[in-house]
Amino acid sequence: MAQSNRRAAGGRIDRNQPLRFTFNGNSYEGFEGDTLASALLANGVRVTARSFKYHRPRGIMGHGPEEPATLVELDGEDASGNRPATTVPLREGLNARSVNCWPSPEFDLGGVNQLFARFIPAGFYYKTFKWPNWHLFEPSIRMAAGLAAAPFKPPSKGHFEARYAHAEVLIAGAGPAGLKAALDAARAGKRVFLADEGTEAGGSLLNRNLTISGRPAMDWVADAVAELHGMQNVTHLQNATVWAYREHNLLIVNERAPEQGSILERSWRVRAAEVVLATGATERAMVFGGNDRPGVMLASSVQAYVNRWAVNVGTRVALFTNNNSAYAVAADLAAAGIIVTAILDSREHIPKEALDLVPGLPVHPATVAAGMFGHKRVRAVLAAPLSGGASKWIKCDVLAHSGGWNPTVHLWSQSRSTLQFDEDLAAFVPDQAVQPCRAVGAAAGDLTLDRIIDGGEDSAYGIEPLWRVDVPGQRGKAFLDIQNDVTVSDVHLALREGYDNVEHVKRYTTGGMGIDQGKTGNINIIGTVALQKGLPLQEVGTTTFRSPYTPVSFGAIGGLREGWGLFPYRHTPVTQWNKDNGAVMYEAGARWRRPGYFPKSGEGLQDAVSRECRAVREGVSVYDGSPLGTFELKGRDVPRFLDFIYSNIMSNLKPGEGRYGLMLSEDGLILDDGVAFRLDEHRWLISTSTGHADAVNQHMEKLLQTEFPDWQVMITTVTSQWNNATICGPKAREVMQALDTDIDLSPQSFPFMSFREGAVAGLPARVVRVSFTGELSFEINVAPRHMAELWDKVMEAGAPFEILPVGSESSHVLRVEKGFLSLGHEVDGTVDAYDLGMGWVMSKKKSDYLGKRSIELRRSGGGKRHELVGILPVDPNQKIPEGAPLTPGGRKEATEGLVTACVWSVVNDHWVGLALLENGHARQGETAHVRLKKNVIPVTVTKPVFHDPEGKLLRS
Amino acid sequence: MLLIPCPFCGKRNESEFIYGGPVGADRPDPNAATDQEWVEYLTVMPNPLGPVQENWWHARGCGDWFTIWRDTRTHDIVEAPDGTK
Ligand SMILES: [Zn+2]
Repeated sequence: MAQSNRRAAGGRIDRNQPLRFTFNGNSYEGFEGDTLASALLANGVRVTARSFKYHRPRGIMGHGPEEPATLVELDGEDASGNRPATTVPLREGLNARSVNCWPSPEFDLGGVNQLFARFIPAGFYYKTFKWPNWHLFEPSIRMAAGLAAAPFKPPSKGHFEARYAHAEVLIAGAGPAGLKAALDAARAGKRVFLADEGTEAGGSLLNRNLTISGRPAMDWVADAVAELHGMQNVTHLQNATVWAYREHNLLIVNERAPEQGSILERSWRVRAAEVVLATGATERAMVFGGNDRPGVMLASSVQAYVNRWAVNVGTRVALFTNNNSAYAVAADLAAAGIIVTAILDSREHIPKEALDLVPGLPVHPATVAAGMFGHKRVRAVLAAPLSGGASKWIKCDVLAHSGGWNPTVHLWSQSRSTLQFDEDLAAFVPDQAVQPCRAVGAAAGDLTLDRIIDGGEDSAYGIEPLWRVDVPGQRGKAFLDIQNDVTVSDVHLALREGYDNVEHVKRYTTGGMGIDQGKTGNINIIGTVALQKGLPLQEVGTTTFRSPYTPVSFGAIGGLREGWGLFPYRHTPVTQWNKDNGAVMYEAGARWRRPGYFPKSGEGLQDAVSRECRAVREGVSVYDGSPLGTFELKGRDVPRFLDFIYSNIMSNLKPGEGRYGLMLSEDGLILDDGVAFRLDEHRWLISTSTGHADAVNQHMEKLLQTEFPDWQVMITTVTSQWNNATICGPKAREVMQALDTDIDLSPQSFPFMSFREGAVAGLPARVVRVSFTGELSFEINVAPRHMAELWDKVMEAGAPFEILPVGSESSHVLRVEKGFLSLGHEVDGTVDAYDLGMGWVMSKKKSDYLGKRSIELRRSGGGKRHELVGILPVDPNQKIPEGAPLTPGGRKEATEGLVTACVWSVVNDHWVGLALLENGHARQGETAHVRLKKNVIPVTVTKPVFHDPEGKLLRS
Repeated sequence: MLLIPCPFCGKRNESEFIYGGPVGADRPDPNAATDQEWVEYLTVMPNPLGPVQENWWHARGCGDWFTIWRDTRTHDIVEAPDGTK
């Protein structure tokens, strides 16, 4: 029957809005205002989950984020995993599945694990799956271990969002204490940010029948909310969990289902001058045999289902408690017409004010629950007198238990503020704050309403702690951590095996490591350790509280940074032209998109690259060099600054001249290579490799600002202020002439490594004669707004010369043929300029520059070095994979180097490579051996240059 | 996320900054230092349990390099740069 457990009237649900939903393939109906859990209970669904390790049947145990047993995956437009069923608001069409079970919680194949339960003690995995290694077993264990999988598809509707906020007071929790704090702060004119995890404000008052000054407490809540909403200085969010408390009062709030329909979740990062933690208290479980059976529930949750959601979770309820709060539950149940079959109370003397709440109900002092009868639903509880008398079975279909209350100190502890154990409350309570924050209400240990609001009606707490039931004849497993299936005997085993620090107990047993973070059970683990070791709880202490307080989806953390938005690509003005003309686009350093090569239809990679290389060597090509890092340096002290950061001398360059150089770090490693040009007396232009531009900028700024603050040097990043088209090849000068320029292009007046300003194709330009290919090159730099026009004009002027656009693949081949460095290939943390055959770049005249002393120190020890050489495979058609090792004689021995690059050289009709080889400079002409898995490739060691060794062409 | 006082911009989120390491010893004269002194200068960095002076770069802000004193136990910024607003 539909909603057989729904009460005829009452509750904070809208009976005019029925909602259909699916759980494990079955269809049900609930109401607006339900959670998935309350709707399942209303429909009489008792078994909702299987446990993590033993696959025991489990039901719903809590009513909020403390729920340890029932985790679900959602499908469809709000696809997500590992959500406690108690925190999922019901909506039309919701489709949920329980985790941990296959095919269903009622019939679960993993349940055979229960038969082997005594073979799966604490530390089982650590002890068993050691040989030959854990990774052999991991996949099958992960399959059986049941937490939710990541959703197959991202949520289909909307996106995640992130927002920043600043508050004078941030208040976590909109229960009575939080609302009162919000009213106080808001009335004083402060900017207030109030966030609460529930769908409605009110906190525990939503679940109880209390009064404030004679009126229903929820009326007081409604007034408070209305007043706050009328104030401009208040931001009030519901369904928004404060889940992290970070340094300097930064708190992170996850707002689910914000009002805009297109936004799934919104992540707020709130910096607050003051934080008020009104996070309430969490009821803790009693630990006794069979305390995980479906129908064993937290007392406050039974009360919440009856009052808030109008659900009778059972018809005959027994209670088990060690404090007065469960008597108010019994009173509410009796008033709702539910039969209370027994109240078992571990206390010998029960306060009169508690007894006054339950006139006529059967109260059993000094009695504990010692077992449950019933497998998939409870049928009776075994009541055992602590005095040792005879136990008896008492019928019930729900056992509601209360082990007392823990102030919810997760955020408090995340802020690194300290806790102390309060003997009267038998709980850890906030002690010293280390950030500007304070706890109020139940979170501060004020567990009854009269202590929070003037006129609040409530009964005294009166707890006498009971960390676990320990009576003869106890039946069944007593769980400390329901979610991770950790029992009292697991903790005892951990202690026997020497894991006696509470943090070690946690790791060894996994107690408290579930998604619920042990909200209902951790204190009992601490209590069990304390009892066993004979220590006070303060000395045992708590484990560290870490964020997130409740599960948060990765989408909410990522916000809008999805896909490419995480780290956007950079484009040049000709990116689109490149794509339109068939370029295969590559990612170059620093997220630039750059053409790799331009295949003709049907043409493969190698053929296209060889065709482009031939154009550069024999005709003419154009290359978009815009991504190269470029900086303009101005000021009187630029020359001595450049002399300090480059290993060679730059200060003697004359205006219009440039030079190649290496930048080293202080420990002698190669940071970057590039060229420096002197524009005029006090203005310089330097270029860096594409991928290192940001690092070089940081390096230069740090030196100038921290080491040489009085040097007059101004650095401006101009990478994106100048774009360039580089015309390259023997016919480059002819194309330049066809482009129409007022710059004299003759080699005498515009030699290699010089710079001229002028007009090219009618556009203001800076033309630079550098070459990264070994051929005659003109780098035409123009403003970005002129780049597309320049490109078109170059293609037009170059057409009679059959100009080809080329990509980074052919650039790589051409630089290997010339032996030019590529930082990612030939340079690593061991190589210096001498190894690369570039001793000429290390100035002998300068007494100091960055890295000089370190390299001298490193080389003073002697020893063999890996040096840059060229390699020619003895078989010209034999390709060698880049990164392949060289070993002595090709034998299976320690390597003596590696192949850094290997390309098909069109001009040589031969595969050619570069390698770092031990003592390589002295081994030219010898044969070395590349050792691969299946074969050995003999190579001839050469100088690292395979084309125009004198450099005549690039100077032409 | 730390709240870092930039002397030019005021307090800003850590995500705007790039960490530049602790402030080590002054650079010795490379032509006068012994090998031992040079190696120590390169490799020995302050790493105290307590306040440490460190460099930060307001890379996604004004571009200033400055130093703060940060307590490594608490993240408290116990001394802000000179001239902080
Ligand atoms: Zn700044």
